[in-house]
Amino acid sequence: MIGLPEIIAGVVAIALNAYVLTGGADFGGGVWDLFASGERRERQRELIAESIAPIWEANHVWLIVVVVVLFTGFPSAFSMLGTVLHIPLTIMLIGIVLRGSAFVFRSYGPYGRNRWGLAFAIASVITPLLLGTIIGSIATGAAADASAKIAGAASFGEVFVRPWAAPFPAAVGFFALALFAFLAATYLTVDAEQAELQEDFRIRALAAAAAVLVCAALALGLAHSAAPRVAMGVVGGLLIQAATASAAISAIAALWLRRYRLARIAAAAQVSLILWGWMIAQYPYLIPPALTIRAAAAPAGTLRLLAVGLAGGAVILLPSLQYMWRTFKTKSRA
Amino acid sequence: MLISDLMAARAQMALSLGFHIIFAEIGIAMPLLMVLAEWRWRRTGDGVYLQLARRWAKGTAILFAVGAVSGTVLSFELGLLWPSFMQLAGPVIGIPFALEGFAFFTEAIFLGVYLYGWERVSSRAHTLAGLIVAVSGAASALFVVIVNAWMNTPTGVTVDGGRFTAIDPLVAMRNPSTIQQVVHMLLAAYASTGLAVAGIHAAVLLKQRGPQLSGRGADPSGPRASGAFHRHAMTVALTVGIPAALLQPISGDTSARAVARWQPVKLAAMESLVETQRGAPLRLVGFEIPRALSLLAFRDPDAEVRGLSAFPRDEWPPVTPVHVAFQVMVILGTLMALVCAWASVTMLRRRDIADHRGLLRALALLTPAGFIATEAGWVVTEVGRQPWIIGGIMRTADAVTPMPGLAVPMIVFTLIYVGLAAVVAISIAWLVRETT
Repeated sequence: MIGLPEIIAGVVAIALNAYVLTGGADFGGGVWDLFASGERRERQRELIAESIAPIWEANHVWLIVVVVVLFTGFPSAFSMLGTVLHIPLTIMLIGIVLRGSAFVFRSYGPYGRNRWGLAFAIASVITPLLLGTIIGSIATGAAADASAKIAGAASFGEVFVRPWAAPFPAAVGFFALALFAFLAATYLTVDAEQAELQEDFRIRALAAAAAVLVCAALALGLAHSAAPRVAMGVVGGLLIQAATASAAISAIAALWLRRYRLARIAAAAQVSLILWGWMIAQYPYLIPPALTIRAAAAPAGTLRLLAVGLAGGAVILLPSLQYMWRTFKTKSRA
Repeated sequence: MLISDLMAARAQMALSLGFHIIFAEIGIAMPLLMVLAEWRWRRTGDGVYLQLARRWAKGTAILFAVGAVSGTVLSFELGLLWPSFMQLAGPVIGIPFALEGFAFFTEAIFLGVYLYGWERVSSRAHTLAGLIVAVSGAASALFVVIVNAWMNTPTGVTVDGGRFTAIDPLVAMRNPSTIQQVVHMLLAAYASTGLAVAGIHAAVLLKQRGPQLSGRGADPSGPRASGAFHRHAMTVALTVGIPAALLQPISGDTSARAVARWQPVKLAAMESLVETQRGAPLRLVGFEIPRALSLLAFRDPDAEVRGLSAFPRDEWPPVTPVHVAFQVMVILGTLMALVCAWASVTMLRRRDIADHRGLLRALALLTPAGFIATEAGWVVTEVGRQPWIIGGIMRTADAVTPMPGLAVPMIVFTLIYVGLAAVVAISIAWLVRETT
């Protein structure tokens, strides 16, 4: 049954998807800054910086939307995650702070590129790792289990560390990192103006695609023991599985054939389908196996107001976003 | 542990907010300054104004980015440090936060267009983008301060056994503190930033004037050329700073009366008034003005002002920090208003402020005054709200996360913020020096 709680949960999902495709790729750009190599190393870095500079702050706001809609619409879920996943969330936040500040200091500050470039790149690796770890921890049900133990005699490690410091969440962390790097490299093939740079990022995108496959296999393998519900759901959702696989094959084929715009669309579709595959597998749970969407939902009055506010906000937001993308992501004719 | 988890959580939240509030103020006011400079350029064709807008844009890029990431930290910290508060209040304060989300989104999008679109959009579209940033920045502040106003004087909720049985977020948004706090915060942003920018450029002018007066600054391309830059900069900054600083005492008076009515124990702490009395005096750094507090708070020199002893001991906020911070805020706000009155009179008499060394000195001295006053005001509001996280409904101690060892993240964030503050200060100083 689809009601207001499901619609608001859908908004959280869409915002998370938008964040992964935009903000995620910006972090991926930082990963390629760290791995810039070869004779065009500096030009690779310049391209990455030019490509994300005008848009990363707007892209970052999707994460704020996820957080705000989550705590407004599903306060008990937000409260539970904030408590049990305090440590990985804090590390992720530090990554976010350092990435953003290092990026502007590098662009405008007195110390030049090198010093801040490294901070920017390292923070760009840490943040996706932790984001994936957090998602992995939610999917296993460990976060919910730990939350139930707080009042009891459980040790600090059992409640605040073990839910996320485990193989499956770590595998999802690397999976997220590989996906973001894959997205970024694919986007950069389109943004690059010279053929050699395109070629640099084409090779990087193909390498990242291989890493994505390895991480996916690893995560799925671990999922069978760690998160049976997700594994079952993901394997069971044959349709979405088939769609993900065909998007992945299209992305790799398009990269191979140097059809970069097509590759960009296919890569974005692939990553989105993976995300939705996880979320659909969890449905109707927000935090399995403790909180369903319905059980975590705020009172109907709040949800109604929130829906009205989100719809009104979208009317302003969507044309603004379109304007931004048109301004910065259509190639200048100069 | 040296300090309790509750104190560590409060310290971390206070530090995060105290750090963010400065960048938020600059993020609200700087776009207005840039747009004004750009508009002056379009009107007069004087290229110095364009140069000014571009130079300010670089500083704003740094300050806005640090403001954005520190704001992100805050949105997470609400759940990391105060999960029970968010579980209870999320459905109430989430609505203004969601609206703030959209305002922030608009701000970030058009700031990107403003900073990187000089060559990509028409000059009219560029100015308009700046204007949208300025408006959405003010809107962001409006929605965030509404949340804080509700925490001070909550309305729109029916409480039963520590839970909300009925909530109306729209009523909550119109709580009795909303208007006063929002106006006070916005004026603070414009006054602090306007005067800080004016002060920086005044200091540069003073330095340049020095050698010139003694006959050594003969190079016409040096100080004089950049002199026009700093004169223009100071004028634009004062256009924003002066009206705000002159209006702020009126807003402060209205706020104090609202506090007197809705949060009497906070007023008692601000004034460090222990015993309830009629015709209460106003105490300001050792001076005592008879009956002034009664007059100011209730518009009646004989009105009764309730002292701390009229309230249960466990509902008192920490008195000394609130009292001291209140005095700091009032003194700095008064000084700022006086110097702005002086500057206005000078300008009305058609004298160039840049030739008035005394005024330049006063402005340069007041550079950090607005930000210090803001921090002090924030201490008055927030420490003065203790021991409650939601006034009269939920205690801060009952809202803190059960996670132990909170001193660790508190220390980590302290180090990060100290480091960031240092790098920001060095970067801005470097940007200023580049034009002198």
